[in-house]
Amino acid sequence: MHLALVGTPNSGKTSLFNALTGSRQKVANYPGVTVERKEGSFVTPKGRQVSLVDLPGTYSLRGRSPDEEITRDIVLGRSTGEPLPDLVLCVADSTNLRLTIRLLLELKSTGRPLALVLNMFDIAARRGVSVDVQRLSAALGVPVVTSIAVRKGGTSDLLRLTDLILARTPSPDRQNLWRPLTVPELRATQREADRIIAATVSLPIRPDTWTARIDSVVLHPVGGLVVLGLILFVMFQAVFAWTQPVMELLAAGFAALGQFVHDTLPAGLLQSFLQNGAISGVGSVIVFLPQIIVVFLFILLLEDFGYMARAAFLMDRIMGGAGLHGRAFIPLLSSFACAIPGIMATRVIDNRRDRLTTILIAPLMTCSARIPVYTLIISAFIPAREIWGWINLQGLVMFGLYITGIVSALTVSFLIKFFMWRDYAPAPFMLELPDYKVPRVRSVAIGVYTRAKMFLQRAGTTIFAMMVLIWFLASFPQPPVGAVEPAINYSLAAIIGKAIAPLLSPLGFNWQIAVALIPGMAAREVAVAALGTVYAIEGGKEAAEQIGQVLATKWSVATALSLLAWYIFAPQCASTLAVIRRETGSWTWMAVTFGYMMALAYAASFATYHIAVALGAG
Amino acid sequence: MTKHKNRRHLPLGLARRGYAGIVQHLAADKAESAWSETELETRLIEMGFVEGARIEVLHEGLVGRDPIAVRVENVTVAVRRREAMAIIVAQHRPLD
Repeated sequence: MHLALVGTPNSGKTSLFNALTGSRQKVANYPGVTVERKEGSFVTPKGRQVSLVDLPGTYSLRGRSPDEEITRDIVLGRSTGEPLPDLVLCVADSTNLRLTIRLLLELKSTGRPLALVLNMFDIAARRGVSVDVQRLSAALGVPVVTSIAVRKGGTSDLLRLTDLILARTPSPDRQNLWRPLTVPELRATQREADRIIAATVSLPIRPDTWTARIDSVVLHPVGGLVVLGLILFVMFQAVFAWTQPVMELLAAGFAALGQFVHDTLPAGLLQSFLQNGAISGVGSVIVFLPQIIVVFLFILLLEDFGYMARAAFLMDRIMGGAGLHGRAFIPLLSSFACAIPGIMATRVIDNRRDRLTTILIAPLMTCSARIPVYTLIISAFIPAREIWGWINLQGLVMFGLYITGIVSALTVSFLIKFFMWRDYAPAPFMLELPDYKVPRVRSVAIGVYTRAKMFLQRAGTTIFAMMVLIWFLASFPQPPVGAVEPAINYSLAAIIGKAIAPLLSPLGFNWQIAVALIPGMAAREVAVAALGTVYAIEGGKEAAEQIGQVLATKWSVATALSLLAWYIFAPQCASTLAVIRRETGSWTWMAVTFGYMMALAYAASFATYHIAVALGAG
Repeated sequence: MTKHKNRRHLPLGLARRGYAGIVQHLAADKAESAWSETELETRLIEMGFVEGARIEVLHEGLVGRDPIAVRVENVTVAVRRREAMAIIVAQHRPLD
């Protein structure tokens, strides 16, 4: 049996999906498009095995974006390879029925078996919304059931109803009479929905007072921006400072594991591979798991709370000055976690030019993969002092790197608009601001868990493979007998690194950095692991344990700062480039992104290095 | 009650924070939107702006008091003033 969840954005569809399926979820893409396909399964009280798909949120079936087309095609059975749902569950936020009831009236014309789920029924009751469920069901002509996705047992009525509907002998399919609504039809449908609501739902006189109170601060023209700045500041302090103890613990764990391997195995290639290649390489990346969890935790919490739409509202005109659409704020903020979901999230921007600009600058936002690189260099070269008593200097530098990323993204966007699309007016901005909700712990936990799993899988596959390669390049050929220099100086890595080094030496980079940057093209954080491997093989086990301290003795401050500048801009992520190619459907835009970021990186590093040397940090 | 004159009709795009009224009609041709008139009208209806809907301007942005956050019945919608020019409102329902 196949069920589909349909609903407007912010209807609580995803939390209902999580409540029904728990962690039995599969996230993939629909074939040919980059729309996320979320499927899960559960068993009804009568023992029916049911698969459930969470369709992209939509206000109507007319399909104005690729996401909304998926919803329409699956509900209409137009989608090849997707089963026609045996039951469509239309999910409504009980405090806000107008738009969902209109969607439901439109869904009725598809002829699919249909039920309305009044979700968040507890919140509605608390706010004084009362729904005459039986009359509503009679007026709509479809079964109506209430649910509280966040409470244990809150979906039991829904499960019983599902059994009841699925038990009916399949009636001959009602005709699909759906066609896109004309404007007068749409208006008539909304009026019909309003009439039904007026007859069956009694609404409180006052809107949600909490939302009003919070918004009076958060959407205040000036205060709101201060709040936004504070949220971002706390987020970055949390990422950098609060995760330190756990990260140190992880680092110590991997060092101990490496030492254990070193002590147990006889000296030789296997020992070197396990300790320097596998454990120190992969370990140096996994250490950053706490920071990635914190970044995603903040983003998911803000999204669940309902703040993201407010941020878009506050930033709309300010970003408009830089030639960006207000809706670009959410994709750009997601890009702080990773540019890939960020670029995919640009699909909420309907206008192609606005979307393209956002895609081009999204990789300049400081993604979580830069954190390992920044952390390593900052902790090695920036003293851990407190300034003004409470601000950590290292945290401040980190904050500065983020700000530089943001400012350059806005500048690039401004230049794109100024030089390429001068004659063009910004696309409209229209967005629902949902009532605030207390974030659902379970929902956020599932989201963070999925992301952490993806990161670890990457560490286990891509990064591990890269580490093996680096170790191989750094270990072979073996030094000749009686060699006086460190072993790595005779290796392939050294040969390659020294070949590229002249190109990078104006930036203050040595050949070890050059070696690390090559696999770093696959994924930024690999560079840290690669530096770990290169210096571990060069310096022995002491170096592997404290890569930061080694760097502090091998590099000048100017080199370190130059590498930081490089990492703000350099397009060092093959997956991001691949997503840009896929989302824009063009190799040209991918090449443009790569080219301009590379040019910026080179220029910024060059300037940083030479200014730092001139100031005596060489 | 016909002796009472109808309150003045106003495009929502000109309303200030605190303004509360009722949607009279949509006039997509009055807004200089990048969307076509049909598209703009469709989207406004999809967000709940239909004749008779109660609205209130809750918040204004910093730059040029734009965009605005509008309560439409029990939904809050953020919209730019340029598009809001298509929504004609009046402070009270006309008496007929």
